[in-house]
Amino acid sequence: MTNSYWLLALLVVPLVGAAAVMLVPRANERLAKQLALVVSLVVFGLTVAMCAQFVVAQAADFQFVYSVSWISSYNINFALGVDGIALVLIALSTSLVPVVLLAGWHEADGARGSVRGYVALILVLEAAMVGVFAATDLFLFYVFFEAMLVPVYFLIGRYGGPRRNYAAVKFLLYSLFGGLLMLASLLGLYVVSGDITGHGTFDFTQLAALANQIPPDTQKWLFVGFFVAFAIKAPLVPFHTWLPDAAAESTPGTAVLLVGVLDKVGTFGMLRYCLELFPGASHWATPLVIVLAVAGIIYGALQAIGQSDIKRLIAYTSVSHFGFIALGVFVMTTQGQSGSALYMVNHGFSTAALFLIAGFLISRRGSRLVDDFGGVQKVAPILAGTFLVAGMSSLALPGLSSFVSEFLVLVGTFERYTWVGVVATLGIVLAALYILLMYQRTMTGPTPDVVTEKVHDLRGREVLAIAPLLVVIVALGFYPKPVLDVVNPAVDRVMHAVGATDPAPQVAPVAEGTAK
Amino acid sequence: MSPFSGAVTRAAEAVPTAVAASGTFQLIWLLIALPLAGAAILLLAGRRSDRWGHWLGVLASTASFVVAVVLFVGLLGESADQRTITQHLFDWIAVGTFDVPVDLRLDQLSMTFVLLITGVGTLIHVYSVGYMSHDRDRRRFFGYLNLFVASMLLLVLADNYLLLYVGWEGVGLASYLLIGFWYFKDTAAVASKKAFVVNRVGDVGLSLAVMIMFVTFGSVTFDGVLGSASQASEQSLTWIGLALLLAAAGKSAQFPLQSWLLDAMEGPTPVSALIHAATMVTAGVYLIVRSGAIFDAAPAARTAVIVVGAITLLMGAIIGCAKDDIKKALAGSTMSQIGYMILAAGLGPVGYSFAIFHLLLHGFFKADMFLGAGSVMHGMNDQVNMRRYGALRTVMKVTWITFACGWLAILGVPPFAGFYSKDKIIEAAFSVSTAAGIVTLLGAGITAFYMTRLFAMTFHGEARWHDDAHPHESPWIMMFPVAVLALLSAVAGFVLNYNNMFVDWLEPVTHGVEPSLSVAGWVVPTTALVLVAIGAALAWIPYATRPVPLVAPAGNLLTRAARADLYGDAVNEAVFMRPGQYLTRWLVWFDNRVVDGVVNGTAATIGGLSGRTRRLQTGFVRSYALSMLGGAAVVAAALVLVRL
Repeated sequence: MTNSYWLLALLVVPLVGAAAVMLVPRANERLAKQLALVVSLVVFGLTVAMCAQFVVAQAADFQFVYSVSWISSYNINFALGVDGIALVLIALSTSLVPVVLLAGWHEADGARGSVRGYVALILVLEAAMVGVFAATDLFLFYVFFEAMLVPVYFLIGRYGGPRRNYAAVKFLLYSLFGGLLMLASLLGLYVVSGDITGHGTFDFTQLAALANQIPPDTQKWLFVGFFVAFAIKAPLVPFHTWLPDAAAESTPGTAVLLVGVLDKVGTFGMLRYCLELFPGASHWATPLVIVLAVAGIIYGALQAIGQSDIKRLIAYTSVSHFGFIALGVFVMTTQGQSGSALYMVNHGFSTAALFLIAGFLISRRGSRLVDDFGGVQKVAPILAGTFLVAGMSSLALPGLSSFVSEFLVLVGTFERYTWVGVVATLGIVLAALYILLMYQRTMTGPTPDVVTEKVHDLRGREVLAIAPLLVVIVALGFYPKPVLDVVNPAVDRVMHAVGATDPAPQVAPVAEGTAK
Repeated sequence: MSPFSGAVTRAAEAVPTAVAASGTFQLIWLLIALPLAGAAILLLAGRRSDRWGHWLGVLASTASFVVAVVLFVGLLGESADQRTITQHLFDWIAVGTFDVPVDLRLDQLSMTFVLLITGVGTLIHVYSVGYMSHDRDRRRFFGYLNLFVASMLLLVLADNYLLLYVGWEGVGLASYLLIGFWYFKDTAAVASKKAFVVNRVGDVGLSLAVMIMFVTFGSVTFDGVLGSASQASEQSLTWIGLALLLAAAGKSAQFPLQSWLLDAMEGPTPVSALIHAATMVTAGVYLIVRSGAIFDAAPAARTAVIVVGAITLLMGAIIGCAKDDIKKALAGSTMSQIGYMILAAGLGPVGYSFAIFHLLLHGFFKADMFLGAGSVMHGMNDQVNMRRYGALRTVMKVTWITFACGWLAILGVPPFAGFYSKDKIIEAAFSVSTAAGIVTLLGAGITAFYMTRLFAMTFHGEARWHDDAHPHESPWIMMFPVAVLALLSAVAGFVLNYNNMFVDWLEPVTHGVEPSLSVAGWVVPTTALVLVAIGAALAWIPYATRPVPLVAPAGNLLTRAARADLYGDAVNEAVFMRPGQYLTRWLVWFDNRVVDGVVNGTAATIGGLSGRTRRLQTGFVRSYALSMLGGAAVVAAALVLVRL
């Protein structure tokens, strides 16, 4: 089988770009930023070109496969490939990077670290994100999974807010802890696969084929290692407390990549690795995961309502949204899982918009506290308007992208677990509260003098960065088909692997176009 | 056996066969696209379009109305059973068997709404050109109005419940934006948020209804759900019905989700007329009538609908009696009138047509009166306190006469509009349940009281104006739309009732049946008129012939309760808001101290990592190295194990 170089290119170009950026003289910050932006746009262009080559009809199979032997004595391959779900997540990652670079043009100015270091770290992170979604060898996946931590650690620790060190270390240790559990399970899996077939493997497809031969108790132990790592990454309640700290202390751009993309590795991992590698254990764990997920939806939303710091508030809305995503994965219906996959993409865009616009607002006023704002709409109508659209997407307003995914998750839940679906649906009321309370308290009412003085409307560069996000939010709200078309076959594969089928309706549906 | 089950006589084939759109009917999508484009241009172009923006808004709405008329003429050209046209636009969401297209459905019911929305909508657009002429954000106002019209059209034209949901929430968004149009006022900002959140509670109902539909029928399209309703279990249908009722209660301000509507009067008056009287708030009635096939087979859900309608009917009327703020009095009246419609819709096939008939006529006369109130406010420095009005008939003749048309219409004085629809609702109510009948009759009497009170306090009696008030008639651009609505209030009922024209038009959708009464035909209308006369007289004497005190007297227990909106807000505050605030405050403490405390405590115990930043800074490299080392050790150990 011939190797495809698309994915390798997506990995290598940002790394080379990062190296090139580091060669730019430290003082020439502008050039470093411009170079990084160009590199990220090239990567984005490559992604678009690659997506155009993707065969939708075979979206359940890994495409653009690249595989070379890496550590042959342990049968470890440097193996890349994407199914429909990984494809859309890579597209999400590479489209957010240029947005983040453009929006955060001055984010690193005056920070402890250099500007070129900042943009280079973002490019390194981009490579790691592509790698983690593209890896089809579990060992390689683990390597990328841990490698992602390094750039993020430095992005938070060197460029973040006042409590950046605390937040960065907390993030790192929490993630390492999860990573180690996963590593243990991973190695266990290798051993088990060796026991079954005679030669151990890390290859995902081979391991998935063995899934049903692993003894149930072993499956459960291995499952737990993977699941806890993903539940920390995603994060699910009660493993979530690192997220508000990390998101609040990082720059808006870092927060976008952290919450919008990195955390998706957790839910992506649940969907692909937990379910397909350990189908029996997944069914065994389902009740607990569903309880955690629904608790997360409600708990995260209530936390968001109670926050006084805008960035922490947005971070908690994401805890609530991750609850929805995990719920959709584990209800084991096609609607739930496709909804979750789509949710990962939509949440990336809408949270990016929220974090970036909040960042614009915060940097102008010099405060993250909701109470330090008021009446911003009067002095900055474009900022307020875009914030409202982003907020409406976060509360899943029908017509915007999040609605489609959230409703799919809800309907997918409801068809299997009626009352869980009902409780999760209550989340939509809380979502309205946390978004609109924040909007009311920051954007409306009389404008205090200090706000009039400091807050000015969005400038051209900022509008240019935000506009594509809003366009995607609206476009995917009315036409999610391109994403769903590539996601659905991959979800069918997962459903098949876990041996789940959708419940049938009570009344046999009337065939399309049949007259009554 | 429910007392209402006898009312169901609907044939098994509940949904008429749909015809794919061809010829003129391919224009259906334009109805929505035109105002949507208007909204997009006005909101994206920003201040650049300030000079001409309002005219673009009027143009977009008018163009949509013209398309509506063309389509209406087209429908009239078809035979009655060929008047259900569907247009497929594109595939929307398809996952497994959950397959939802973006399809539109034009039939007698949606056509009626389309004409009401675009017709009254356009008149109110024109009115707003004058009313908002001094507002520096007039363009934004028209952008929102266009957005509203587009969303409302999507709501009534959608061919499945999920697409309907998009319109449903779209009008909610427009309502939110318009209630909070004067965002710099805290009261407006709070009222708009409240409206959205309360509506979201209703949306839970709509979401659940769609989910139960999918689980029951494997479909959420009108054909798929309504066409198979007879095959589903009564239990499923009852749950769907109750969930739809919750949705309707939110959007239509019905008990127990009524509290947002009175606050919504914070929005500019044309908004109150269009959204919070004539169109959006009636969406709940549309939803129930549209879903008739479900309610027909779910008597318990129908009973619930009737009860909710009856309670709101009385609540709204009682609140309307006590308010001195002209807009709030009208808002109470709107609640009450929609209560009539909801109640009628709950009666089943005897009521559906009259619910829609009343909805249409109410759209005319309530918009007429709200715009009249706006004209009064325009001439009185935005004064809304009716105790500061009086004798305005002398200086605002056109407003007075046009308002009188609306007043007579809502009272149900023949031949004005309300007579033809409200009377039918009362008859239909009696044919199903005496209790429901009595409530509607009682409501008619109270309606006469509060509307006469409002009319008399505003236009009759003595002038009680502030010294700086110089009331004057509003410009023609405002009064022309009002005059058209006044004319419709005066004659539309008579005309549309002629030869049973309107009810027959709707028949293929509503399968209406004539109510059968055990008393002679003249008894109900006569009783109603007597009650109306008594109610009107009780209000006219104190408020038109005697001096009205400038400060409201203390009033009895009921008056005080009515002024406080029958304590709806007090209950919400005590039961939801305050406990909710305590809960979130406690939870934030819990998350920071307990959940995160455990995490940090564990970390401190394991890695000697304390919460103190200083130590973290110095200790970091070591702990990181230690972790890496630990990881490497595990890897090595495992690899060795594998070899063994």
